[in-house]
Amino acid sequence: MKHTLTPRRYLILMAVMLTAPVGDTLLSRGMSQVGPVDLHHLGLLLHALTNINVIAGILLLIGFFATYTTSLSWADLTFVMPATAFGYVVIALLSRFWLHEYLSPYRWAGIVLIVCAVGFVANGPSRTEHPSDHPDLDRMDSGVGR
Amino acid sequence: MTSAHVFQQWSAILFVVVLAITGEVLIAAGMRGLGDLDRFRTRPGLVGYFGPVRAVLSNPLFLIGALCMALNFFAMLYTLSIVELSLAAPAIGSLTYIGNTVAAKLFLHENVDRRRWLAALFVCAGVVLLSK
Repeated sequence: MKHTLTPRRYLILMAVMLTAPVGDTLLSRGMSQVGPVDLHHLGLLLHALTNINVIAGILLLIGFFATYTTSLSWADLTFVMPATAFGYVVIALLSRFWLHEYLSPYRWAGIVLIVCAVGFVANGPSRTEHPSDHPDLDRMDSGVGR
Repeated sequence: MTSAHVFQQWSAILFVVVLAITGEVLIAAGMRGLGDLDRFRTRPGLVGYFGPVRAVLSNPLFLIGALCMALNFFAMLYTLSIVELSLAAPAIGSLTYIGNTVAAKLFLHENVDRRRWLAALFVCAGVVLLSK
């Protein structure tokens, strides 16, 4: 049985793709403002929670976590993973077209590879069928040979 | 950079990776057990989401997985403070990706066919190229 995704589920996957990279970027920016944390000053991690970029990053990552877990209720982990990997592409494209940074040919090649990976998986079924996923059918099947 | 420092950096990276794989596989197992969350919705509108949220938050596999992901978050913060983002991001990203694919095959019994293995390899190569 091939599982197809509804437009709503594609929207959830889009949110998975976008919230993680933007959240990670904000976290990275915030932690660079907080400064290096070592084992003897772990309290700085709590201090980091007062940084606006860290807070915004955490909120976006909570959104990522909610959409990610929702998607895992109807799709395989190995199906959803390329969507999360697409976040690297989003970061690279944001840095090129928003921050006007230079993207080397290596990075363009990386973007093409990840887009291809998403295409491979998106064309396949979204979920592996296990017998235990359909207990009703199991019961029906068990009566066939009687 | 001393070898002790390099060892500390890669230990931190591997710790983040192991926590991420454990957390994601446990969460995926928990969510697979729950199935489509829409069936827990008791009524339309925002109030209807209370049912799915309660179902998810009372799932033990999900809770242990979420704990691993929370630890992963703080381990990631620590790692980013001692490892450059240009090394940490691709290393953690690609190692977690391959580890998750193997774990999904072994523990979740997902049908990781040639297409998904190829996607995993493409993503790892892509992540490494993006870091250059």
